[in-house]
Amino acid sequence: MPDVTKTTPAEAAAETPVVTMKPADGREAGGARSLWSDAWRDLRRRPLFVISALLILLVLLVSAFPGLFTSTDPGSGDLQKHFLGSPNLGHFFQEDWFGYDRQGRSIYARVVYGARNSVMVGVGVTLLVTFFGGLVGMLAGYFGGFWDSLLSRITDVFFGIPFLLGAMVVLNAFTDRNVWVITGALAFLGWTQIARVMRGAVITTKHADYVMAAKALGAGTKRILFRHVLPNAVAPVIVVATIALGTYIVAESTLSYLGLGFGSDAVSWGADISDATQDIRNNPHTLIFPAGMLSITVLAFIMLGDAVREALDPKLR
Amino acid sequence: MGRYVARRLLQMIPVFIGTTLLIFLMVNALPGDPVKALWGDKPPDPAQVAQIKHDRGLDLPLWEQYLHYMKGLVQGDFGKTIAGNRPILDEITQAFPVSMRLAAMAWTFELVVGITLGVIAGVRRGRIIDTTVTFFTLLVISVPIFVFGLGFQLIFGNELGWVKPTVQDSEDFQQLMLPALVLGLVGLAYVARLTRTSIKENRTADYMRTAVAKGLPRQRIVTRHLLRNSLIPVVTYLGTDIGALMGGAVITEGIFNVTGVGNLLFQGIARREGAIIVGVVTVLVIVYLLASLLVDLLYAVLDPRIRYA
Repeated sequence: MPDVTKTTPAEAAAETPVVTMKPADGREAGGARSLWSDAWRDLRRRPLFVISALLILLVLLVSAFPGLFTSTDPGSGDLQKHFLGSPNLGHFFQEDWFGYDRQGRSIYARVVYGARNSVMVGVGVTLLVTFFGGLVGMLAGYFGGFWDSLLSRITDVFFGIPFLLGAMVVLNAFTDRNVWVITGALAFLGWTQIARVMRGAVITTKHADYVMAAKALGAGTKRILFRHVLPNAVAPVIVVATIALGTYIVAESTLSYLGLGFGSDAVSWGADISDATQDIRNNPHTLIFPAGMLSITVLAFIMLGDAVREALDPKLR
Repeated sequence: MGRYVARRLLQMIPVFIGTTLLIFLMVNALPGDPVKALWGDKPPDPAQVAQIKHDRGLDLPLWEQYLHYMKGLVQGDFGKTIAGNRPILDEITQAFPVSMRLAAMAWTFELVVGITLGVIAGVRRGRIIDTTVTFFTLLVISVPIFVFGLGFQLIFGNELGWVKPTVQDSEDFQQLMLPALVLGLVGLAYVARLTRTSIKENRTADYMRTAVAKGLPRQRIVTRHLLRNSLIPVVTYLGTDIGALMGGAVITEGIFNVTGVGNLLFQGIARREGAIIVGVVTVLVIVYLLASLLVDLLYAVLDPRIRYA
């Protein structure tokens, strides 16, 4: 499918990003640029990418070292400050910056300390589903035949169960719901999306000339899979996984709203948002700040995924 | 075509058995005892617990319970609830029409508004309207749906009084408007994004240049050439979303007090009534499998190059 807007032969021949990519070894070769370095040059100049990357770095920093951003204990409540006033937006980084919640706890401190649990769930689920889903999709796509039928049917079985519903069933069985339990429950049902994307990408890649060449040279299956197929099929998976990371964070807050997320003693955005929904009418500030932080984080991951997708896809340039 | 459909229907059988088995195992392998829960906080009588379990076949090994369940299922028997001893089929037939109405409204909303926004944004790439649509869809995806639900309820229901804050009569389309809008909001955002990306990819294709060169009116180019060729990923999403809209309405139905499938599921999970969850998921899986078959058949309508022998 040649593209009318471009005339360079390399790009005109390009049909999908996976096909145009050169093997990882060719990356440093003078003159010829790989898809990734091309994408990187393109990305650095996109304001959306720079903003979302900086936001993500900030959120990661906050979740790793919350003590750097506030010295207030998120758990200590002073009932005299019960819903105290509206937020003092001028008091940057002070205890009363975002106001106080029903129990007189500093909302700013809770937003800072809540980042860790939400981000850990998002990142943890993404790593797990990328690994397992990627593995299943790669094996199904590469070996085809019986293995493809078997693994694809298993994927279909898990895909048939609604995501949120399955997570509810699993989480309902646990009374002590910590980060690992929630991460496991979401990953248990979430890997099918990545598996499908990976399978499709591997099927496109495995018929490429360089895979045939590697086969003809007598490379083993393991070498072909990990040196030739995987690096060239991984681009769409990374895009989907980045965007999915944000949706896992949203899923955690939704589960908290249903009473199936973190317990009340844990500090997390989801728990605070669902807590604040009771006071939405008279004290909307208890809802706006945790929900706003969560949305900004999710937005950053989705925008990053979008920017990477556009940079990798020659048709969209 | 006929052979293709027959083959697909046959392929559905293992997936159907697998999914029901998976949800059956998930529900039953997890701790929590619905029979003991009948006693509430009082200590249950062990003899009575054993009697009830024996009557229900709950003391059998898990695989035997599954076989029993499937045997009943193919005869249209979904079992009975543990608390109240009501046939689950009755509960399902009561809840499904409500959810189907709600899902149908949300789905229509996704289809019409989502595709329209996506086409406008994709055709006017880079303009203000494109940026606005893109930002709006990203915002919808990144804010948890219950925040929208409660916010809309507060603004349109309580403050402005345009609609009733909760649904009192589930047959009244006017009352279902707001819940349907909230339910379809996320799907709408995905549909708009998919349409926009797809349109952007296709707008520089050869057939587009040909259509312009032939001097066709712009509207015909966009609707008959560009849109038709861009619809395949959108149709895929819309197809799988039908089942998700029916089963995924737990939040929306809870906020707006709709007594549909989501409500039934939430009750089932909270009371650990495994048979309700398995029954509802069974119906949802059938809906999902048939919808995905329909989607694959629609591909051939949209793109004549795709043929099913």
